[in-house]
Amino acid sequence: MKISIQINEGPYQHQASDTAYQFAKAAIAKGHEIFRVFFYHDGVDNASRFTVPPQDDRNVVNNWASLDIKNADGEPELVVCVAAALRRGMLDEGEADKNGIDGNNIHPAFRISGLGQLIEAGIQSDRLVVFGD
Amino acid sequence: MSTKKFMYLNRRAPYGTVYALESLEVVLIAAAFDQDVSLAFMDDGVYQLVEGQNTDGIGMKNFSKTFHALGDYDINQFFVSAESLTERGLSADDLMPLVWEDEDDDWAEKPSVKVVSNVELSKLMSEQDVCLSF
Repeated sequence: MKISIQINEGPYQHQASDTAYQFAKAAIAKGHEIFRVFFYHDGVDNASRFTVPPQDDRNVVNNWASLDIKNADGEPELVVCVAAALRRGMLDEGEADKNGIDGNNIHPAFRISGLGQLIEAGIQSDRLVVFGD
Repeated sequence: MSTKKFMYLNRRAPYGTVYALESLEVVLIAAAFDQDVSLAFMDDGVYQLVEGQNTDGIGMKNFSKTFHALGDYDINQFFVSAESLTERGLSADDLMPLVWEDEDDDWAEKPSVKVVSNVELSKLMSEQDVCLSF
């Protein structure tokens, strides 16, 4: 089955991202395809390459990166909503340049794109599973 | 691309958290995809449609007017939980008079909002291909 995932909550504050990760890992192990993971609301914070959790705790961002979810063109299919990301200070190199900000913080396993990618995921996938409250 | 039934389920008050505003942003983008779109409002989500919202005192953007524009994007199915209204001392008369123009009926203005019971709402949900909850 082709599955997409939407994550609406940030890391550590809320377990949504952890549960979604466990779900994605289990689905892949069962032979399902994860078409796309879309990060929205505070979920965009899951894409920060600057998180430094304590060593005896899980690393939420690296967990996602380890799933290595990519499309046929080799682009990451861990997609961060651009509108939600920009208002929360999450920028990749392109958005930082465009907005005159002197830094960027999106982990390379993720990419920034528009909300259309969420709708497309809903259309293309057999299931779209939402994690959050 | 195929057409699917998308429902946007809104369960939170318009202010206090960003969920309602960012839900509306998804709906606006979704309008470009030519899908069968409906919106549902239950729990505190019914407050999103209340007429006469004024955010002057809280420094937040009043985005309630955006709901009036959705009819122009062929988004005209707003289902509101009757029970959620009643629990909050509200009725259909307290909601914004959202309308859409039916091009098959000489552009007659028709109401977009329909108050339905939770039983009807759950039936509508079960008919969807994609249900996004905010």
